[in-house]
Amino acid sequence: MLEIKNLHATVGGKEILKGVNLTIKDGEIHALMGTNGAGKSTLGNVIVGNPAYEVTEGCITFNEQNLLEMKTEERARAGIFLSFQQPTEIPGVSMTNFMRAAVNARREYLGKEPLKSTDFLKIMREKRKLVEIDQKLMNRSVNEGFSGGERKRNEIFQMAMLEPTFCILDETDSGLDVDALRIVAEGFNKLRTPETSAIVITHYQRLLDYITPDFVHVLIDGRIVKTGDASLAQKIEDNGFDWIKEELA
Amino acid sequence: MTSEQQYIELYNEASEVIKAKSCPVMNAVRDEAFATFRSKGFPTKKVERYKYTDVPSAFAPNYGISLSPITVKASPYIYNIKEAPIDVTPYYNNVADKEDAITALNTALVHDALLIYVPKNERVEAPIVVDNWLRGNAATMMNRRMLAILEQGAEATVIINDHAADKQQFLTTQVMEIVCHDNSRLDIYEIEETTPLCSHFSNVYIREGRDCSVKHNNITLFNGMTRNLCDVYLTGENAEITLNGCAIGSGNQHIDNNTLIHHQVPNCHSTELYKYVVDDNSVGAFAGKILVDKDAQHTTSQETNANLCASSNARMFTQPMLEIYADDVKCAHGSTVGVMDETALFYMRQRGISEDEARTLLKNAFMGQVIDQIKYEPLRQKLYVKVEKRFRGELDKCEDCRLCK
Repeated sequence: MLEIKNLHATVGGKEILKGVNLTIKDGEIHALMGTNGAGKSTLGNVIVGNPAYEVTEGCITFNEQNLLEMKTEERARAGIFLSFQQPTEIPGVSMTNFMRAAVNARREYLGKEPLKSTDFLKIMREKRKLVEIDQKLMNRSVNEGFSGGERKRNEIFQMAMLEPTFCILDETDSGLDVDALRIVAEGFNKLRTPETSAIVITHYQRLLDYITPDFVHVLIDGRIVKTGDASLAQKIEDNGFDWIKEELA
Repeated sequence: MTSEQQYIELYNEASEVIKAKSCPVMNAVRDEAFATFRSKGFPTKKVERYKYTDVPSAFAPNYGISLSPITVKASPYIYNIKEAPIDVTPYYNNVADKEDAITALNTALVHDALLIYVPKNERVEAPIVVDNWLRGNAATMMNRRMLAILEQGAEATVIINDHAADKQQFLTTQVMEIVCHDNSRLDIYEIEETTPLCSHFSNVYIREGRDCSVKHNNITLFNGMTRNLCDVYLTGENAEITLNGCAIGSGNQHIDNNTLIHHQVPNCHSTELYKYVVDDNSVGAFAGKILVDKDAQHTTSQETNANLCASSNARMFTQPMLEIYADDVKCAHGSTVGVMDETALFYMRQRGISEDEARTLLKNAFMGQVIDQIKYEPLRQKLYVKVEKRFRGELDKCEDCRLCK
């Protein structure tokens, strides 16, 4: 599904990614762990095409398409979704209008007709239940006045609406209490199909208790330095990163 | 030849024709207004209130002057001033600032005027609608005049639509005098939807008595060069004024709004919200002064001007002003000029929304705050649609005007 080769990227002239290689097949969950500032969020942002980041070397293919030649919105329509670490407030743009524009853009890409208003609202209602998000939030502006937990739930709600095939969860667990974490993680699991793949960026084992990864990667200083199975996450939880750094030295 | 000269010659040649087509109340102040204009000339950019608009250049081209009469369709409360049901002498040219050169020129050249008159305690439910249509086969100057009088306890909503029916150069001057007697209520909407060939100078003067409530909404949807002045005099206690403005510029459009709210007596309240979105090479200017007299204690006032520069070539000038001589008041003013929120654009694009659409959503959201203030529901709904179309580039003529079809 996604293949990253020798990826180098800079932000504000500073090199953050220094040669990342990663292959993700259909249906696989890859956890991405690492120290602060190692480049985990940068990798997520580069995959979705955040214009603040510049790719200086390497390539990314997504279902045989050259991803780096596609605009941000084209990547999204093709099925790539980022659950933001800090979801943005957009005052004055209602959740409903925002969601309608996004859903219809994705449907157009898939060769489907735009949704009729009543059908759209019906789907909104169904998907809201998945992450237990209140109807009254839908009448508000995007993320405006949402609590930290509501914002994260709102990200998963949007994921449910857009039905992406490749998701990046960027610290979706940060700032969530245990109940909210369970709702968000279970919501994500319900949305999974045998074809959906994901990168789960996290600092903690607790999210991976709900979303079991097929692979765990450790990113340090812009490179993936270690890859293992789910047990690697537990080992990091128990021992930190120093032992990995020592192995490298 | 200076820009003034052709108007001075025009008056010398045509004043008798104008007077013959006009009426005594208008003719009574005509020569004096002309003398003021002749001595002052057009304001240059050195005149404080005109520093953002090049008036002499706008008046320089040779326009033919339109002397066609105003046709008033049979509707209650609207009159040609010649058929006024009351003596308007105490009002005509007595609310306006006689020293303003454009007001003086308008007073000298205008031959016909519209009167809106709402008698005492009469509450007009349906809005009073005035449609101004600019028509002509050659470059034409139009001078418009309107007087609105609300007697004590009267209530009305007035909607004024400015359309240009022909793709032609038009220069308009407009003077509107509004007199609200004690305890009256007026919601007035001015909506300009003309063409890039139009130059528009509008001076609005509002005088409020005790316990009045007036809302003036100025909406520039599509234009060429526009200069709006709005002066409000709060002369009776507990009077309220709300000034709202929505200005949308693209191409080479120019939109200059200049307002003054003069608190002359205690316990009055004023609120002002003007928002601009300027795109392409357009220029926006806002200057708003709140003037609080020494005796106007317990004045409360809030002035806000927020602007979005949607392109790197668009320019915005903003000048919020407070001039306070009383010592027990609560007044605030603020102004912001910003660019598109890149974080929000990225967030929307990540959800598959195109960059153009995302920009439209943001501009629309920004302007929504002003449109939300419109009390008259059908107009509010219509403007939501129109503003959105404007931002999508689908509005380049007045679409619901019969003449434009």
